[in-house]
Parts: sequence; structure tokens; C-alpha cells
Amino acid sequence: MFRDLYYTVFEFVRTFGALQLFFLRLLMHTPTVLSRRFGLVIGQVYNAGALSLVIIVICGFFVGAVLGLQGFSNLSRFNAEDSVGAVAALALVKELGPVITALLFAGRAGTALSSEIGLMKATDQLSAMEMMAVNPIRRVVVPRFLGGVVAMPLLAAVFSMVGLLGAHLVCVPLLGVDVGSFWQQMQQSVEVADINEGIIKSIAFGIAASLLAVWEGYNAIPTAEGVGRATTRTVVLTAIVVLIFDFMITAVAI
Amino acid sequence: MQQTRTVELGTGLFALLGMGALFFLTTQTTGGEDFSADETFEITARFDNVGSLRPRAPVSMSGVTIGRVTGIEFDPTALEAIVTMDVDARYDQIPEDSDASILTAGLLGSQYVGLQAGGSEFYLENGSEILLTQSAIVLENLIGKFLVRGGSDETSD
Repeated sequence: MFRDLYYTVFEFVRTFGALQLFFLRLLMHTPTVLSRRFGLVIGQVYNAGALSLVIIVICGFFVGAVLGLQGFSNLSRFNAEDSVGAVAALALVKELGPVITALLFAGRAGTALSSEIGLMKATDQLSAMEMMAVNPIRRVVVPRFLGGVVAMPLLAAVFSMVGLLGAHLVCVPLLGVDVGSFWQQMQQSVEVADINEGIIKSIAFGIAASLLAVWEGYNAIPTAEGVGRATTRTVVLTAIVVLIFDFMITAVAI
Repeated sequence: MQQTRTVELGTGLFALLGMGALFFLTTQTTGGEDFSADETFEITARFDNVGSLRPRAPVSMSGVTIGRVTGIEFDPTALEAIVTMDVDARYDQIPEDSDASILTAGLLGSQYVGLQAGGSEFYLENGSEILLTQSAIVLENLIGKFLVRGGSDETSD
């Protein structure tokens, strides 16, 4: 019993350290990949970013619309429904944009990454590359990691923008908030620092989500069950890490 | 070949859309009605209390933004706040005896400087000081006065 606990803690620390080393390895290969295999990175930006646009746009629109509805109904108790633009913009730019994008990204792109890499491992494609003197980290893992890191801030920005349009559509034509005060109040309360906070968050989440996805795939047990488990772990771990990071970055920024 | 072109096109569109969204966020949601003028002149005004006025707050006349606050300092000898403002050089016919007051946009809005035209034949120019000023109304002070008065009424009975 005591030994089990000891073993669990030991394994946790070891895995954590291995993840850091894996991250360093990816960073070490990054300059070479960027200079020699830029095309692969582009392809992965397309896979992780452009193909995730549909879910990001739809979810962003409805999150913004709900913010508009909720903000309006609650602010109208204080006769402050004109501030709904400010409320929606701050919530989207600082919190909901980066966080929900990261969670959706983990579900849409992270799972694809880890199952793809895991399946490559299970079908011995990674070993085959090594036999042909192709470094699988450089050929497979790093481009996918970088693609995710590039895509995430752009996706978060699209999410926030579409969310604002959703809030606008609900508040202005539907609920009758004055269009001038909607945007005026927003512009008075949102500052460039708020947008920077959102960008910093989305970059951090992009690194965390992509790293966890390729890590889980690369270390998957090479069986059908193992790949499935790795995919599940990717989503669960990303959600946990993103929300913890979100708290830490917000605490630092305030 | 067709495949890679689709990927490149899709990536390009995605990157453009993302940057466009960032541009939209930085330009459309921030800053307020940003006042920009090529040439400005600087005027100052002294207030007993500036409330929560901040640099970059608008200076408005008849509801139109004609300038912005560039600096707020405290004068330790006169014990007053000195507010420096840049006004668009196009508006060079503002009477010298105009008065400045610190107003609030709406009940909970941000504060700005409002100018009210005077009747002088001389105009404000670079380095002028507005002499007639009215401080910001601080809500807490109003409530405080109200409470003190209410309290004293009760005790006098």
C-alpha cells in the first residue's frame, strides 16, 4: 500500500520530467524544421487551424449570442443594458475566447494529432522512418506541434471576433440596445492590455494543448486500446492544464 | 499538386482571417472615439478635484470631441490638480473665458472634460490657462454629505 503510493508519486514526477525533456527536444528541432521543412508546418497549420474554423466559428457565434442575452437580462435590472457590449467584449477577449478555443482545439485538433501519431507508432511507421534514417520527431512530431502553436492564437482571435458579432446581432436588432452605446461602452472599457492578455493566454494554451497532444500520441501504447486511451488522456489533460494555466496567467495579469 | 495548392490556399485564407480578426479586435473594440489631429495646441486648467479623470480622456465642447487630456499633475504649492489638454488646432476660436468642468458620461460612465463657451473676444491659444473651472462631482462626498445631514437631523430632535 505504502509502496504503491510511493510508486505513483515517483512515476508522476518521472513522467513530468520526461514531458519537460520532450518539450526541450521539440524546441531543439524547431529551427531545423522551420528552415528545411517549412511546407510540413504549413500543412499542419491547415490541419489544426483551417479545418477547425467551422467549429470555432459556430461555437464562437453562439457563445457571444448567449453572453449578449445573459448580459442584457441581468444588466437591465440595473438599467445598465447599454454596458452589455463592454461585458461581452471583456468576457470574450480575456477569458472565453482563449479558454473555449483551447478546449475545442483539444477536442477537434488535439485528438486528431495524438491518434494520428499513436496509430503511426502502432503500425510501426515511426520505427520504419528511423530505419530509413529519418528522424520521426523532426518529420512527424515537430511540424504538428508547431502547426498547433501557430493556429491557436489565430483561432482564438476568430472566436472572439465572431462572438462579438453574435452578441451584436442578439443585442442590437433583437433586444433593441442602441448600436452606438453598445460599441461606445465597449470601446471605453476594453484596453489594449486586455487584448494582449488574451493573446498571451492563447499562445500559452496553444503550446500546452499541442505539446500534450503530440506527447500522448508519441508515448501511446502501440495497440488499438492504447491509442484510444492516449486520445482520451489528451482531452482530459489539456482541459485540466488549460484551466490551471488560465488561473495562473489571470492572477499574474491582474 | 492540386492537393498542396488547396492546403496552401486554405492555410493562407486561415492566416489572413486570423490576422483580420486580431486587427478587428485591436482597432474596433479598444480606444474609444480616438481623437486624432495633425496639429494641436496645449491648454491647461486647474481643478480642486479631478475625480477619476484619466489621461486620454476626451475634451468635448457641445458634445463634440475636440481634444484629449494629455497629463494630470498635482501642484504641491497651490494644492490643486493641473490638467493639460491638447486641442485640435482647427478650433482656434474658443473664447478665452470659457469654463471647464469635469463631467461624467452617464451614471457609471468615464469622466471627461467639458468646455462651455464664454463671451470674450480673445481666443484660447497655445499655453493658455482656463481660469473658470468646476471640479468633478465625487459621488462618495455627495452621499457622505447626505448621510451627515440626515444623521444630524435625527440627533437635533
